[in-house]
Amino acid sequence: MSAMSSGTTGPVKSRVRGERSRGVSVALHTALVVASLVSVFPVLFVVFVSLRGRDGWQEPTKFVGFELSNYTHILKNTEFLTWFGNSVIIALGATVLGVLVAATAGYAVSRMRFPGHRPLMWTFLVVQMFPMAVLIVPLYNILGRLELLDSYTGLILTYCSISVPFCAWMLKGYFDTIPAEIDEAGRVDGLSPFGTFWRLILPLARPGLAVTGFYSFITAWGEVAFATQFMSSEKHYTLAVGLQTFVGQQKAEWGLMTAAAVLITVPAGLVFFLAQKHLVAGLTAGGTKG
Amino acid sequence: MTTAVSETGSPPEGQVRRPGLLTRARRSFDTHWYAWAMVLPVVVVLTVLVGYPLGRGIYLSFTDANEANIGRTIGVNHIPSTYQFVGLDNYWKVLSGQEGHFYSRLTWTVVWTASCVFLHYTIGLGLALLLNRKMRFRSLYRVLLILPWAVPAFVATFSWRLIFNEKYGVLNAFLAKLGAGPVDWLGDETLQKLSAVAVNVWLGVPFMMVAILGGLQSIPAELHEAAEMDGATPWQRFRHVTLPGLRPVSGTVILLGVIWTFNMFQVIYLLIGQGASSESEILVTYSYRLAFQGVRDYAGSATYGILILSLLLVFAVFYRRMLSRQESVR
Repeated sequence: MSAMSSGTTGPVKSRVRGERSRGVSVALHTALVVASLVSVFPVLFVVFVSLRGRDGWQEPTKFVGFELSNYTHILKNTEFLTWFGNSVIIALGATVLGVLVAATAGYAVSRMRFPGHRPLMWTFLVVQMFPMAVLIVPLYNILGRLELLDSYTGLILTYCSISVPFCAWMLKGYFDTIPAEIDEAGRVDGLSPFGTFWRLILPLARPGLAVTGFYSFITAWGEVAFATQFMSSEKHYTLAVGLQTFVGQQKAEWGLMTAAAVLITVPAGLVFFLAQKHLVAGLTAGGTKG
Repeated sequence: MTTAVSETGSPPEGQVRRPGLLTRARRSFDTHWYAWAMVLPVVVVLTVLVGYPLGRGIYLSFTDANEANIGRTIGVNHIPSTYQFVGLDNYWKVLSGQEGHFYSRLTWTVVWTASCVFLHYTIGLGLALLLNRKMRFRSLYRVLLILPWAVPAFVATFSWRLIFNEKYGVLNAFLAKLGAGPVDWLGDETLQKLSAVAVNVWLGVPFMMVAILGGLQSIPAELHEAAEMDGATPWQRFRHVTLPGLRPVSGTVILLGVIWTFNMFQVIYLLIGQGASSESEILVTYSYRLAFQGVRDYAGSATYGILILSLLLVFAVFYRRMLSRQESVR
């Protein structure tokens, strides 16, 4: 392709594809630098405020007085670690349960044609559209009756209902990419369908499982509405609920909030960067394949 | 019974005599029980946690249930429910505009969704086009631009509340340096709405950007080269090669974007929704407040929920139909 454009005469025309004039190059980099600043600034700003002590947030443009007091305070004198633990337990629980349930269903839908196959796929799609507003009151009443309000189990089950349809949808797309000959080989070797699934397909689908697992984890990690209503005692708050207590109506401990924000974001962010590439592929593949 | 893998279709057809219903059911069960066993957990989860609550929600929307008349247990005493079936009363109240300013809220929700998704998509597309070239620092830019996505939405929303703070916010501090007075970003109704859109755009652009970038890379380079050889201008190449090539990805991400934004809870609720003003609330957060603030209006909340769901379903059906019509034209 470079051969075709480099033969011409004019100074502009003779550029090889992929090369740019200086002006275009400057404009390109300027645009990207501005966009990057907008995208990074709030994050850096929060880190900056968190290091400025309890009241440093009131002078956001000063560059003095760096200390770690916000961090030591939330770790020692608040329930932050409890909330962190709660969030981890609930998010992990929802992930493990959700992915297991979604994987078997995704496999069945991908490999077997059975009566009920189409309605099920259709249900997966529609459930994604459910606003939690429809479900939250009935779920609240049901969990109340089962005495599962303010418990890990209740919230884990709730989060499963949010993530399972989407995970099953994504995993179906992923299983579709694994050749059916592998299943046949397993069958020839005398494995049951479930054995084939468990011993052969699941290990092969590990990247897909990782992505859906990650998806259900962040969904649970960042959920606010259910957690706010279902977890009523401070011991059982998740991070999303706990963080609200720092900056409620009466008091505004922005210093503590920023420190907590950093501590919440760092682990989630690290995992995110490992998974994001596959995440997008999974998200769009599930949707476009239909 | 040992045939579950790559089983195609229902039991073999074309027999001379169709067997009886019971036999067919047994045969069908014999062939498919493995598949059914594997989808059973999902079916159970969806039935118990989505189907049943949905049914209850629909039922509640036909009653006058609220905190005062719903059955509950206090200590050892059980108080039975006393709410009554009121038919379409709730829907009539909401849709006739008697209660809760449904239409103004719906208008704002639609404006919110449309502007957010439009900005998500256009900015995402712009950045993806910029990033899809060979240049220095490309992967660095990419990481920096994805960063907002890695921040949980509730954390980001709180951070933005701090930035927007009227008295001590960094935004107003910059404005003061430029000689402008403080702006009450989260107090004034219009500014509230603008701020919420800004936060949500900041949060949502990375996903669009990455998805579109993936779409761009799946367009064969030969198409661009051929267009270039035919003397197409960059704009023409964008219109006739890039945009059509992006259609499958765009269709999906815009549909997802509309659904997610229409139901976006965290940003509105945590940024502005807890204050006294409720003009900037979208349907979802309003429905949530109905259910959990003041005298809990379970019936009203359920009614709003069902209306939201119906709106989204209608949208999704029309949207998919529109997409498939476009496909068939081409």
